[in-house]
Amino acid sequence: MEELHDIALTVNGVHRTARVPARRLLSDLLRHDLGLTGTHVGCEHGVCGCCTVLMDGDPVRSCLTFAVTAAGHAITTVEGLAAPDGTPSPVQRAFRECHGLQCGFCTPGFLCTVTALLRETPRPTEDEVLEGISGNLCRCTGYQNIVKSVHRAADLLAEAGAPGAPGGSGGSGGSGAESEA
Amino acid sequence: MKPPPFRHHAPRTVDEALGMLADAPRAKVLAGGQSLIPLLNMRLAAPPDLVDINGVAELDTVHCGDEGVRVGALARHARVERSVEAAAVQPLLGRALRHVAHPVIRNRGTVVGSLAHADPAAELPAVLAVLGGTVEAASARGRRTIPAADFFTGPLESALAPGELAVAAFFPAAPPRTGTAFTETARRHGDYALSGVAAVVTLDEDLRVGAARAGYLGIAPAPLVLDLAEAAGPHGDWPAAAAYVRERIDPEPDIHASARYRRHLTGVLTERALATAAAEALRRARD
Amino acid sequence: MGTRVFGEPVKRREDARLLTGRGRYLDDLGRDALAAAFVRSPHAHARIVDVDVSGALDVDGLVAVYTWEDLPGRVGEPLPLLIPHPALTHGRTGYPLARDVVRHVGEPVVMVVARDRYLAEDAAERIRVEYEPLPAVVGIENAERAEYLVHDDVPGNVGAVLVQETGDAAAAIDAAPHRLEFRLSIERSASTPLEGRGVYARWDADDGSLRVYSSTQASTSVRAAIAARLGLPNGKVEVVAPDVGGGFGVKIVHPWPEEVLVPWAARLLNREIKWTEDRREHFVAAAHERGQLQDVRVGFDDAGRVLGLDVRILHDHGAYTPYGIIIPIVTSTQLLGPYKIGAYRAEVVSLYTNTLIVTPYRGAGRPQGVFCMERTMDRIARHLGLDRADVRAANFIQPDEFPYDQGLTFQDGRPLIYDSGDYPELLRKVRALIGWDGFEAEREAAARRGRRIGIGVGVYVEGTGVGPYEGGHVEIDTAGRVHVSTGLTSQGQGHETVFAQIAAAELGVPIRDVHVTTGDTRRFGYAVGTFASRAAVMSGNAIALACRKVREKALRIAGEALEADPRDLEITDGSVHVRGDRSASVPLRTVAVLSNPLRYAFDDETAAATQFAVGRPATEPPVAEGDEPGLEGRGYYSPVRSTFAAGAHAAIVETDPDTAEIAILRYAVVHDCGKLVNPMVVEGQIHGGVAQGVGGALYERMVYDESGQLLNASFMDFLMPYATEVPRIETDHLETPSPLNPLGIKGAGEAGVIPVSAVIASAVEDAEGLRVEAMPLSPDALYELRERASGDPGLRVRETARAGGDGAATGGQFAAGVSGALPPSERGR
Repeated sequence: MEELHDIALTVNGVHRTARVPARRLLSDLLRHDLGLTGTHVGCEHGVCGCCTVLMDGDPVRSCLTFAVTAAGHAITTVEGLAAPDGTPSPVQRAFRECHGLQCGFCTPGFLCTVTALLRETPRPTEDEVLEGISGNLCRCTGYQNIVKSVHRAADLLAEAGAPGAPGGSGGSGGSGAESEA
Repeated sequence: MKPPPFRHHAPRTVDEALGMLADAPRAKVLAGGQSLIPLLNMRLAAPPDLVDINGVAELDTVHCGDEGVRVGALARHARVERSVEAAAVQPLLGRALRHVAHPVIRNRGTVVGSLAHADPAAELPAVLAVLGGTVEAASARGRRTIPAADFFTGPLESALAPGELAVAAFFPAAPPRTGTAFTETARRHGDYALSGVAAVVTLDEDLRVGAARAGYLGIAPAPLVLDLAEAAGPHGDWPAAAAYVRERIDPEPDIHASARYRRHLTGVLTERALATAAAEALRRARD
Repeated sequence: MGTRVFGEPVKRREDARLLTGRGRYLDDLGRDALAAAFVRSPHAHARIVDVDVSGALDVDGLVAVYTWEDLPGRVGEPLPLLIPHPALTHGRTGYPLARDVVRHVGEPVVMVVARDRYLAEDAAERIRVEYEPLPAVVGIENAERAEYLVHDDVPGNVGAVLVQETGDAAAAIDAAPHRLEFRLSIERSASTPLEGRGVYARWDADDGSLRVYSSTQASTSVRAAIAARLGLPNGKVEVVAPDVGGGFGVKIVHPWPEEVLVPWAARLLNREIKWTEDRREHFVAAAHERGQLQDVRVGFDDAGRVLGLDVRILHDHGAYTPYGIIIPIVTSTQLLGPYKIGAYRAEVVSLYTNTLIVTPYRGAGRPQGVFCMERTMDRIARHLGLDRADVRAANFIQPDEFPYDQGLTFQDGRPLIYDSGDYPELLRKVRALIGWDGFEAEREAAARRGRRIGIGVGVYVEGTGVGPYEGGHVEIDTAGRVHVSTGLTSQGQGHETVFAQIAAAELGVPIRDVHVTTGDTRRFGYAVGTFASRAAVMSGNAIALACRKVREKALRIAGEALEADPRDLEITDGSVHVRGDRSASVPLRTVAVLSNPLRYAFDDETAAATQFAVGRPATEPPVAEGDEPGLEGRGYYSPVRSTFAAGAHAAIVETDPDTAEIAILRYAVVHDCGKLVNPMVVEGQIHGGVAQGVGGALYERMVYDESGQLLNASFMDFLMPYATEVPRIETDHLETPSPLNPLGIKGAGEAGVIPVSAVIASAVEDAEGLRVEAMPLSPDALYELRERASGDPGLRVRETARAGGDGAATGGQFAAGVSGALPPSERGR
């Protein structure tokens, strides 16, 4: 029998515990042990970026991190980006407004990456956006609308005056849920 | 693509880590894991033990002094890349780091881990080699300092002995009237380079080329350093230096590029990197 | 009608869930299911001598191990040949688990079921399979040489020989004033969706029924295949395509071995089982596309008009032919593009190799055909010293010549007749968008700065919306919600939004009231699938037809309630009223109540439909003859033949004189897919297609060694473009409606990818003055081309091209301001 480790970590602000073998990848911990399937797995060798989550605020590949290593840290996944009341974050709203996603599989990784990028660089240049998302593959959009979404998210954050905080109070209109056209 | 089972050891201090490594001689050290974990996920490696040093706070250090930059084994690429102090002491380090994979990988990967992994296609080994830096290794038996020239022994092979932990790396500061440049060509932005050059040019007091060295990645089994001062001459004949390099190297073909192209490309990059480094050296000399 | 929704850039209804982690993809389901893993062949061609599973038996958590011997009856039979064709005389398919011989690396040999995927991989790793290696056939030329055979009973490795012709091409070429002959090649690429394949099955032993979730493009057909293999009636098998993380063609193939085996094992073990393909498996066990060699002979007149064209296409279809010869059929027909070709002959030889199967990837043979024709147009122009765009214009089918019969048979077995289009206008627009006419000045200005740039163009026609049919079901419930379902599946195209737009527009209801379900056999059982840019055309029109039935019924029932002639009624914002007068109206939710005569009420609303409330004449039955209860309708759209979209692309590229890196400075697209349902969605499809085209033109290839090992089976080495590799895409549209369908639409899904290799080849050739005959084009390949050309003037197309830019080796020439103007490795700094 493989040895099991008791780990505790904070996920989307909630204290979570699990009993896992040492080899359990953080991506699998989130998806299968904790049921947070919003984090996707596209390559399991660190190239595609689908599994990107925030670890203590920094984007990391959850497929290249062991759950035991993540113990004691704070993880934010796509499920934790919106405000507690469900209001989508500026980054989430921008991706919808700008048609920055199609199949949605790579999207959680982009959202986490971009959330951190804009916290660090609230007004990125075109080159800074490209560099910032350069480790995330998307097979659907051709990236053009993703780049547009990042700039739009910067606008929304500036309007809200609350740079980058996941689930930040936001407040600049639009439930986003059913507004059309 | 799930890793095979292993025993996980989580030391809190260097001494603890060294004890664990001594007890498990086939153990692998896990720092950033950005090179090791892909190998595990593909089951191309199956170490029985992993000594996870992510909890060893004393290794998470970056010291910048007049002599150079000393990077502890847990300092992530991103931290060193963003360090204004490190850039002031040795700008080549940050320049090369911007070519290491992608920003998200650099949030997790470590400088010393990249050196210990000793991938001949990686940027940092070439930088350490061209700067004549060192790696500090520790084991239960004691500590030693390994010069870069002795450290990289082959593809994915270093001079680290079983039970030894690379605790830090030292990148010497740039001397006066010195300029550096890093350039590489990769298929996609962030990929391993088809060829890459880290160049260091130092001018003498008469602003002639005093020293010119280039460290290469992607074209030899281990980082290759060439002294190009003679080939370039005192007035910096960079095409001549490039021609010299093309004769000296013997790159291997792979699925992304032929040996012939790599040789040609390495010459081009050599010329560009030396010219850029020399221009910087000149600016610094005149400041 | 309420707010205009058809033709508007309505924001996507899928996004709220996909942006918050509430999407449900295959591996998000079945958290407690057992996991399957497969032992796959490490050899390209070998005989299986022995399988020893004993090492796996002590793995904790192992549940079952299966080899071919364990598969009963139809489960163990070869997989179906999905699309038979008379020319496919030697079609062959594999077994779900290899029987005696493996024919490509990655072929499944042993299935393992365990408590989780980690343990399943532990067990798979310990199973020993002894192989006797056989000689591997790798590469088209080796396949044709047929020194070794992939299948013992397929002579020459030839699966199919297909000839399509119109007129006497050989005679026309021989009689032409000018003739050229050359060979072109395109390497393999693959769909490579970010979500791999996956199957999750659960057996309900009490009910004797099976529910299967599959990341598929064809759920109804997967159901039929599983039902047949497992001996179950269709009605006892449900197949659901959940959220699917991209398809791009690869997920149209079915049933995959795993789609047979996972449901079979789930029933046998009476346990939920899930298989989630990992990335390495996807490279070696799903499917590839594109690889072809083309030998071209063309004869033309002084104006560049093609008098005769003869193309011999050597097509590599891999180890098996489950999808028939659709790809080379498409290549050989769509090759003609927007042109009137005097006489044409195409001969396709479809060859077996010991490599992964070749099945459609976005474009499905069109990129190869367009590459062939557009390279030919450029050759003709260079040969005659004419403008490349003018030569194309000289060959165009004119707007007044539709319908235009190309005289061939298309992939649906129907005549290749174009329905509508305006190709001269497409070309005019793209020339204006890219600045074709002013380019020579741009080139000279760049050359003065030591920079080497070139321009290229490509035009294509795409048959979209092939039959046989799709259907739609629309039901308005007593809460006023409109439930729309169609059997074809979605992989991110925005169907939930686009179909809702169509339904909202047809019915006159707010789009928020419309709820769309796709790819779920529980909701709609008859469908073909999502491929060939057909979803909007096929299901869109079927849903529109279904809506029209429902609308007619709603107006009839409302007419009785309002005591008005149904012909005077219209529906606005979900309420029926007399046209132009909203003072008296009846909401659709009430119409839905009235449509279903009740004995039992379940709330105040439905009380209106009970037997003592309804005032229908006592002499008539409550449900009139020929009528049905409920406000619902079903519609099918089955076109007589395909509709033909078209487009013109142009690009400006820069090549580094020293490093041979290639950068796309500008990329322009003019696109005509008939009436646009949602321009935002169409534009997104184009962007994504172009990005895949850029991958195919400059980055992506499948590198097999001579023993049949795929050397780049990872995202490290299979170079899908990141954001840093894809240029900004400038778009313009043209709308020539299709006369073939009620909505006047043509498909848009594949358009973006089709001409990209042709356009980039044209532009690089122009920049370098060197003939480009093979794609993809890496810096290494361009460098080799330069080296070869230095000793072979025959490879030069324009002596002056190398005048500027040579010799300046400082690197300064690439130090331009915009990132788009930099070679890939210099970007993003």
